[in-house]
Amino acid sequence: MAFTIKVNGNSHNLDVDGDTPLLWVLRDVLGMTGTKFGCGMALCGACTVHINGVATRSCQTPIDGIGKSEVTTIEAIGGTVAGAKIQKAWLDHEVAQCGYCQSGQIMSASALLASKPKPTDADIDEAMSGNICRCGTYVRIREAIKLAAQASGKEG
Amino acid sequence: MILGRSTSRIEGDKLSRRSFLVSSAAVGGGLMGLSLSLPFGSGKAAQSGGFAPNAFIRIGSDGEIVLTMPYVEMGQGTYTSISMLIAEELQVSLKQVRLEHAPPDERLYANPMLGVQATGNSNAMRGAWKPLREAGATARMMLIEAAAKRWGADVTSCRAEDGEVIHASTGRRLKYGELVDAAANMPVPAGVALKAPDEFKLIGKPVKRLDAPDKVNGTAAYGIDARPPGVKIATLAQSPVFGGRLKSVDDAAAKAVNGVRQVVRLADAVAVVADHMGAAKKGLAALKLEWDEGPHAGLTTDDIARELEQATVKSGAVAQNIGDVDKAMASAATRVEATYQVPFLAHATMEPMNCTVHFRKNECEIWIGSQAVARVQAMAAKAAGLPPEKVIVNNHLIGGGFGRRLEADGAVRAVEIAKHVDGPVKVVWTREEDTQHGMYRPYWYDRIAAGLDAQGAPVAWSNRYAGSSVIARWLPPAYKGGLDPDSTEGAIDLVYDFPNFHVEFVRVEPPGVPTGFWRSVGPSHNVFVTESFIDEMAAAAKQDPVAYRRALLDKSPRARAVLDLAAEKAGWGKTLPKRSGLGVSLQNVFGSYMALVAEVEVSKTGTVRVRRVVCAADIGTVVNPDTVQAQIQGGITFGATAALYGEITLRNGRVQQSNFDSYQMLRIDDAPAIEVHIVKSSEPPGGMGETGTSAIVPAIANAVFAATGKRLRKMPIDAATLKQPV
Repeated sequence: MAFTIKVNGNSHNLDVDGDTPLLWVLRDVLGMTGTKFGCGMALCGACTVHINGVATRSCQTPIDGIGKSEVTTIEAIGGTVAGAKIQKAWLDHEVAQCGYCQSGQIMSASALLASKPKPTDADIDEAMSGNICRCGTYVRIREAIKLAAQASGKEG
Repeated sequence: MILGRSTSRIEGDKLSRRSFLVSSAAVGGGLMGLSLSLPFGSGKAAQSGGFAPNAFIRIGSDGEIVLTMPYVEMGQGTYTSISMLIAEELQVSLKQVRLEHAPPDERLYANPMLGVQATGNSNAMRGAWKPLREAGATARMMLIEAAAKRWGADVTSCRAEDGEVIHASTGRRLKYGELVDAAANMPVPAGVALKAPDEFKLIGKPVKRLDAPDKVNGTAAYGIDARPPGVKIATLAQSPVFGGRLKSVDDAAAKAVNGVRQVVRLADAVAVVADHMGAAKKGLAALKLEWDEGPHAGLTTDDIARELEQATVKSGAVAQNIGDVDKAMASAATRVEATYQVPFLAHATMEPMNCTVHFRKNECEIWIGSQAVARVQAMAAKAAGLPPEKVIVNNHLIGGGFGRRLEADGAVRAVEIAKHVDGPVKVVWTREEDTQHGMYRPYWYDRIAAGLDAQGAPVAWSNRYAGSSVIARWLPPAYKGGLDPDSTEGAIDLVYDFPNFHVEFVRVEPPGVPTGFWRSVGPSHNVFVTESFIDEMAAAAKQDPVAYRRALLDKSPRARAVLDLAAEKAGWGKTLPKRSGLGVSLQNVFGSYMALVAEVEVSKTGTVRVRRVVCAADIGTVVNPDTVQAQIQGGITFGATAALYGEITLRNGRVQQSNFDSYQMLRIDDAPAIEVHIVKSSEPPGGMGETGTSAIVPAIANAVFAATGKRLRKMPIDAATLKQPV
């Protein structure tokens, strides 16, 4: 079936089954490999993207449900205010180890920061507990989100 | 950016691992072809000519400095810390270097501590510490000599700084790039002097990781991201029972799936090849498969545990003996005895197993993230029926290794599939396949006893344990006399001074179940057992666990120092709420000393929450302090995950766990606060990557004992046994 989806501001015409998960369209059809495969069941968060700004597991998002929604991926998140702050905090705080889960972590954290500029520990738990990091960077993820939130405070 | 391919290879050069430092001038140019993939920097191909005094450093006439990484980056920060060693002596800043993954070459890139080209056993820094500083210093000396010759100046009047050679008295300067041709013709100096620690500009300073920027914007390239032109995507089902065979396949429905191109049948597996993973998975689900389940169709974990238990009643290979345990035990006032068990564990790397292969007429090209590329090359060559030099391996960043990617089974599988496919094919395992077809951390069973005198002090220690030897399969020469250095690490050479001490290992391979290295491997088992059991001895002696250990450390001042520091920082002895407790552990494994204090809280229903972990470590010289902290934080989290959740079980010959719902991971809302305190030391660097993992499990178990009075002798923690009595 033919679909048109909008990813990072660009429209793409596709010919895949309607139940094809967005993850595989991004990675294998469009060649945007920044979004990662971890579990295929929305259990690990590695595949997190934004759909209209909401953190969404792309492995469980069929392509026929996207319609005219705006998809944003890790490749473009630095173009958003919250995403840029999160990326900077991630670097300032040296969060990443193997880095494989970090695309998803950053997408979840950016969505959190965009909706809650001053997240509490409970907010962080709620927004980030769907993202597994096998290297165990959780301590730094929490600190980096708080660092990014402080940056938000100073600027606005 | 990913796929820069070697266009020329070293042909018949005379380099060996031992001689690379003294053979550079003749073959320097020959090393120019080592570039395989270009993970960082401009990605432009290395230019011809230039200066390559050894297998790790290449400087172009444009001044570009390329460092070839002999150890792989899997999150442990090695690409940064190894680069620091070279840059320190080469006198360049890290901004000036570009990194490349090493190609398979056992002669040039073997790990001196393993004898093969592999990254594991927490020994990259230990192995690299001297040779890679020497590599940098040798190159620096040759550049200085080239400049001195050009200027007609005395070598001692010239120095190198920030990528230039400077003649102090005249202020003349030459950039390294201007010196490469001359330097390439300089004789290789023998026995270069290395900087003294007080001259270090990089080593010991917190340096930002070189791989970090690409890891926050989606551009970091892992094996799973390889996309050679025309690549198809495949996913597979292997026999659900270990050792089973594929009996029949009905693929009519699978082939009708939009995007499915091909179904490949192997003796013990089937793969669906498609345009994208979505179609491949849909096709796989549509296959009707029948398996011949083979000899292990009835196997359960209990069968394996029983066999191991029986093995510990018989004698095994003596790993260490001090004094006379039998005699001392006979005269002991108190005898403490226990059995311990640890389960099979899967690695659950976040990047599922994958490998891309293009099987061409007379050669085979592979894209993978591997901890052991030479092993991949050798085993893939065998599977392909090609000589190893006809197998090109492009290594990548690794999305979690933990020992799983020391194995080449995934590459072999991909070659078997690619042989049937026209063009490149990327074989991606589903998470379920990854969990159920692992190379598991072995199940081990221990029978342990101690004799105490009237004051409670230990007079004898006896431990016999049974399980798999991973080394016996993976590195056969290191398995000798029924023993190997991994299965025994943490069980022998303890930090404590025991007058009578006897340890035996009985190698028993589980039927059908493949075993492998898993972050900290032997110590992940041994430190849990020994540090839990010494806690049992302290309890039997009615003594404080820290004080009891401390009394046995007169001959181990480094161990005593970390124990004291951890106890102090954790507030050992403080009063905690009911059903909360502190537990301690102490170890000397992977060349580093570490003490941990864990604080846990046990709920009424028996759920254990690890609230805080305090770590004190003496790891010798620290190269990159922030990386050390990160590795300890990560290692502790990895071990805590195992203690709380980790268990692979078998029923009817099948692994029962499949995805992260049944094989759970610690998540951020359960992650403990972790404090790391590093003891200043001028000893050579010790290993770091795995130490937290082995140390945390007994610290948690001992804390649970302090909180509840229940001793945990079997991992993972079973909450049902910890329910608050009504």
